[in-house]
Amino acid sequence: MIHTPHVDWFAISTVLVLLGASFIALLGAVLVPAAWRRTFAVTVAALGSLGGIVTSVWLYVDSANGHRVIADSFYRDRWTALTQVILCATTLVTVLVGADRVREHESEFFALLLASAAGMTFFVGSANLMVMFLSLEWFSIALYVLCAIDYDLEGSLEAGLKYLVVGSFGSAALLFGSALVYGATNRIGFAEIAQQVGVHGISGDLLLVLGLAMILAGLAFKSSSAPFHMWTPDVYQGAPTTVTAFMSSATKVAAFALTFRVLRTAFPQEAHLWTWALAGIAVASLVIGNLAALVQTDVKRLLAYSSISHAGFILIGLSTGTALGGRALMYYLVPYSAMAFGSFAIVAARERELGKAVTLENLAGFGWERPFLGVAMWFFMFGFAGLPLGGGFIGKFYVLSAAYDHGWTWLVIVGVLATLVSLYYYLGVVRAIYMRGPQLAVATGGSPPRETLLHIAVGAALVVSVGSLVAVGPLITLARHAASTLPF
Amino acid sequence: MTTSTITSVLIWLPIAGALAIWILPLSRYATGSLAVLVSLVEVGFWIEQAARFNFTRTGLQFSERTPWIKDLHVSYHVGEYGFSLWLVGLTVVVMAACIGYGFWVGRDRPRAYFGLMLMLTGATVGVFVAQDLLLFYAFFEAMLIPLYVLIGVWGGANRIGATLKLLIYTMAGSLVMLAAIIVYGLKVGTFDLVDSPPSASRWLFLGFMLAFAIKAPLFPFHGWLPDSYREAPPEVTAILSGVVAKAGTYGMLRIALTKFPEPSSYYRTVILALGAAALVYGSVLAFRAVDFRGVVAYSSMAQSGLITIGLFSGTNLGYNGAVLQMIAHGLISASLFLIAGAVERRTTTGEFSRLGGMAKGRPALATLLMTVGVISLAVPGSAAFAGEFLILAGAYTRAWWWAAIGATGIVLAAMYVLRLISGVLHDARGPMVQDEALDLRPGELALVVPLVAALLVLSAWPAGISHHSFAGDRPINAVYEQFR
Repeated sequence: MIHTPHVDWFAISTVLVLLGASFIALLGAVLVPAAWRRTFAVTVAALGSLGGIVTSVWLYVDSANGHRVIADSFYRDRWTALTQVILCATTLVTVLVGADRVREHESEFFALLLASAAGMTFFVGSANLMVMFLSLEWFSIALYVLCAIDYDLEGSLEAGLKYLVVGSFGSAALLFGSALVYGATNRIGFAEIAQQVGVHGISGDLLLVLGLAMILAGLAFKSSSAPFHMWTPDVYQGAPTTVTAFMSSATKVAAFALTFRVLRTAFPQEAHLWTWALAGIAVASLVIGNLAALVQTDVKRLLAYSSISHAGFILIGLSTGTALGGRALMYYLVPYSAMAFGSFAIVAARERELGKAVTLENLAGFGWERPFLGVAMWFFMFGFAGLPLGGGFIGKFYVLSAAYDHGWTWLVIVGVLATLVSLYYYLGVVRAIYMRGPQLAVATGGSPPRETLLHIAVGAALVVSVGSLVAVGPLITLARHAASTLPF
Repeated sequence: MTTSTITSVLIWLPIAGALAIWILPLSRYATGSLAVLVSLVEVGFWIEQAARFNFTRTGLQFSERTPWIKDLHVSYHVGEYGFSLWLVGLTVVVMAACIGYGFWVGRDRPRAYFGLMLMLTGATVGVFVAQDLLLFYAFFEAMLIPLYVLIGVWGGANRIGATLKLLIYTMAGSLVMLAAIIVYGLKVGTFDLVDSPPSASRWLFLGFMLAFAIKAPLFPFHGWLPDSYREAPPEVTAILSGVVAKAGTYGMLRIALTKFPEPSSYYRTVILALGAAALVYGSVLAFRAVDFRGVVAYSSMAQSGLITIGLFSGTNLGYNGAVLQMIAHGLISASLFLIAGAVERRTTTGEFSRLGGMAKGRPALATLLMTVGVISLAVPGSAAFAGEFLILAGAYTRAWWWAAIGATGIVLAAMYVLRLISGVLHDARGPMVQDEALDLRPGELALVVPLVAALLVLSAWPAGISHHSFAGDRPINAVYEQFR
């Protein structure tokens, strides 16, 4: 008889809700008449992500004592739950933006979106190398297809293919690294790895360190940190903008949250190595992301490079490996994901209006034509630049504080310089939307489409990014509770 | 409402007004009226506060404190000292006049414009009342956000370059300050400006001073000034030089001097030299400037230098004079820029080569410009004279040559102001001055006359500010002991 472990269904309820909604949405492709299909898929997807928010909030409340469930393969704790809340919220707004934007294959699109969200919510809770790899592949495969879903557009297909090839390379690195770590410690559970390293005194063992490096590289591919970022601009540019918005926020949140957990839980003895490695990656991301963004004219590419530079800021917090760094990371992810999502959603709106790629040139006059989206973009750009128009400001303050607290004043200076450089291109966007006359070459003519759902989604992102400035206290408390479940 | 919430109301009322203007679909006229109303209510609240202010009491007044980021000991802490009260007053009065000016000239896109002006009001008041370093930084930066758009959208032909310079320069300074704030705050364990102990770190002092020196601006950091002052709409320039630049000198007084006593005396000579350089160089540039705004812009830089000299003289007289001069110069430059705006509206230019002879048939314009000009060149008996005299007396006790340099600045001031007055009002009639160009209209008078009236009151009773800025009129005590 095969021994089956006890399953704590509630611990994985968020995953199950999203997955269930994904199946129902997919069934809609065959069972629901074509005329109703879009409404059906959108409704199911929205309800599914709402359900995910509910269950993960519930889990947060109910998991004060973090522990592992299902044969010690999944963490039921607040770090998982809080990340899941962010992920589900991102999924929900993605559904809103995608609702009247997805061109065809509505059922498949939303089913894949939910499946990938489910994979991410599973990924962030993974407690051993195997679950980590499987769930990474799970959400990645869904994303590969989502990138290429407009397969009749060359850009979309190219994006999907690029992401597939580079992403698989990253996954392979992760898998290989996992194998090396397993070889060194004979364990796959995160906590057990640390324990074995302690017991056998194999800290610094070549196999272990090599494995750790490859795992880090694999995760850095997902979080698009330099020098593992090469795919990012092309994929972000080519993928349908809804998908880009989702990837730039959700994927990064999942990847960073898990990276911190793996490093703290499985490799605490190696901290002297990975703190420096991550600091190096952070600096590389800041330098490459910011400098490359300076010369971009395509707004999606510009935002892609900006997301790389923000990966650098987040990594500053992560690289300290301290509790303060963990809180800084968790806090940063909230306004960041809201701003990243919101700005791509606004690009999506303009894209539809123009029927072509959005450049700084053809953004001219946008702020006056569509006041709400313009103001929101203004908030997001200044927020990205770290001006006090939203939580991005506190996020930067927090990660830099964590760096100083860790004794890395030099990293504070790098962060400050990077912010100064980033101003140039963020201001460039604001300049484009407000300070140039409206372009007469807008092809479509007439008044812009009324996009209520998109406005709601952007409004939600705006509320979160501004709200996180006001409600720093409560958010930090949440982040503190979440981070306290990790071993320090 | 308890008295201590007035400070918060002064910050958030205009910001709430800005939100209301952005959200409500009001007509052009209603939007402008609402903005003017809010700015006047703001002045009313300030008068109420000034009336209740106890000038003999030491320590912070009208203070309010709530934790903001607990684990880093950051709080929402606002409150006022005597000199902050005067700077807030300067802000609300000048902002009201400038918002009124915007309404009078009928700026395009009124909802965006007036919302931003109100947002700027709130942020600037916030700078002067924040008693927490991070909060101070947030407001210091928040001023830039509306300024960027105000200049970039409603400015002159070269506005894009001007805004870029303004932002890059000032952000370079403030980001260095952010690093200094983080290091200082984490080192002493609190970001509170009242609680935090002084530090002896020279690096941190320089980090703060860089930001303030750019904002003020002092001599080698003034690269952003000419473009911004020339390209911005006149009322925004009035705010920039009248109020926003004062945030730099305020920061020197509130943070650089009080929190870094040892470094500030170590670098005293350097900073006095930079102040003197700003004073002399600015005055010379003002004398050489070819247009109305150029003169006032460079003279603002000169005055910032003079105020810095007063502050870093480290004497009772110097501190008192510096505060008085901040207020007096704020009012002077705001009224001069508004008058410059009025002149430009009538003649489409500010260049002296194309202006002249405007006094004839325009008595109101001539009287006002003459009055402000005479006050600004520090004629004995004027507010600026009192301020400059105190500053020079303070500098003299430090070393006689600082006072000597300061005095040359005053001589130069007489030269450039008289050149300004004769270039606009007298001389032969310029080619751009038409007979049809009207005298100041009642609407314009209503904006400038209150500013000039305030200046006349200050001229009559400069001690109203100079003896009521520091508790018990003992600035050195206040700066080195009571602010902690």
